[in-house]
Amino acid sequence: MSTVYGPIRQIAAALAWILGIGLSAAIVALSRPDLGLAELVEAHLEESGVRHPVTAVLLNYRGYDTLLEIAVLLSAVLGILAFRPPGPASIPDAAPDSSPVLAALSRLIVPLIVLAAGYLLWAGAHRPGGAFQAGAVLAGGGVLLRLTGTIPSFESPNAWLRVSLVVGLGVFLAVAALPLFEGSRLLEYRTAEAAMVILVVESALTVSIAAILATAFIGAAPPRIRCMSPSRPAHSAEGERAGQS
Amino acid sequence: MIGGGLIYAMAGVVLFALGFYGFIVHAHLVRRLIAFNIMGSGVFLVLVGLPQRVAGTPPDRVSEALVLTGIVVAVSATAFGLALVRRLYDLTGETRLPNDPRPEP
Amino acid sequence: MLGEILDFSLAAILIWIAWRTVATPDLFNAVVLFIVFGLLMTLAWVRLHAPDIALAETAIGTGLTGALMLDAVAHITGIRGRRRAGRNPS
Repeated sequence: MSTVYGPIRQIAAALAWILGIGLSAAIVALSRPDLGLAELVEAHLEESGVRHPVTAVLLNYRGYDTLLEIAVLLSAVLGILAFRPPGPASIPDAAPDSSPVLAALSRLIVPLIVLAAGYLLWAGAHRPGGAFQAGAVLAGGGVLLRLTGTIPSFESPNAWLRVSLVVGLGVFLAVAALPLFEGSRLLEYRTAEAAMVILVVESALTVSIAAILATAFIGAAPPRIRCMSPSRPAHSAEGERAGQS
Repeated sequence: MIGGGLIYAMAGVVLFALGFYGFIVHAHLVRRLIAFNIMGSGVFLVLVGLPQRVAGTPPDRVSEALVLTGIVVAVSATAFGLALVRRLYDLTGETRLPNDPRPEP
Repeated sequence: MLGEILDFSLAAILIWIAWRTVATPDLFNAVVLFIVFGLLMTLAWVRLHAPDIALAETAIGTGLTGALMLDAVAHITGIRGRRRAGRNPS
């Protein structure tokens, strides 16, 4: 157990109690909330291009936050890729589970995942959904494919992967900068085209978020040699484990 | 009239305090990342629960959008932190910070 | 009335699971409990009338963070049979 006893634990507990009680008192003492921004959101919903208020807030009213968020995602995955152990792959990949159930199930589930992601992306305009949910579901499909061995571990990302990592930020920046050439400010979509613009940006964001999150999972591990058959690397992996223990 | 949001806002405060305690007490970096995520979830509960603290108010859409952004940023920060922990472990074999004054278990 | 009972129980379970996550001595237990915590947060988001956040929390907060942490814990506890810094060529 890597925790500590003694004074640090008691001081930490005391601080946590003080923090908890103080914040609870502050919350209870708050006055009645006023509606504030909710009225503004509802009032301008028709001009925003979508019918779902959360999507309108994310991609229209506070589009700047979403632009910076996709930039943060991209920086995080670049950092993760930068911290991989260098050098050629020397360790064979772990053999995927040879159970036929897993293979059959993943063949069933992954197309359904793609379908669900497409639906979530399209539905984001008028009901809960949107680019983040669709991208995250697709990334889950990518993680599943990695775990069943369909997607190999890479040494450096290939051209398609690099393009998909960057396309979200690129498209969003282009769409955001376009009004600057017409004299308006950053991210001021024209009202007539707002719906189309938001759909284009959301599609690019979905592709990018899926690629970024899947790469964050696959790229965290050091590069490994792809196992061609289930039997040979299983022997060496088991031999390593037997030699280790 | 107490709305449902106040219950979750108080739970969020307790989660924040719990995560804070866990962050200070643990030396293992992955457990500190878990505690950090618990703190984050507490903050998100407060952000979404507080506008609904009186029964009958509609949910606040701006807070929901902020929390959505927050969840995505938290996962990318956690992923990056885990990559750093893996690299630290590869280079030194330790999973605690080098100059951590807390005694070994 | 029923809604308030549900909210109280969900908040209490959430706090209890978070406490167990922080206080358990085993690292793997902590990660598994954290995944459970994420799933309970999804229920909380549904109760707070925020289905967008519930969708995102299930996919990102539970699924991806859980997978990332399990991968990191497997790497650190050397399940794949690699030894520590001495053997790694880098």
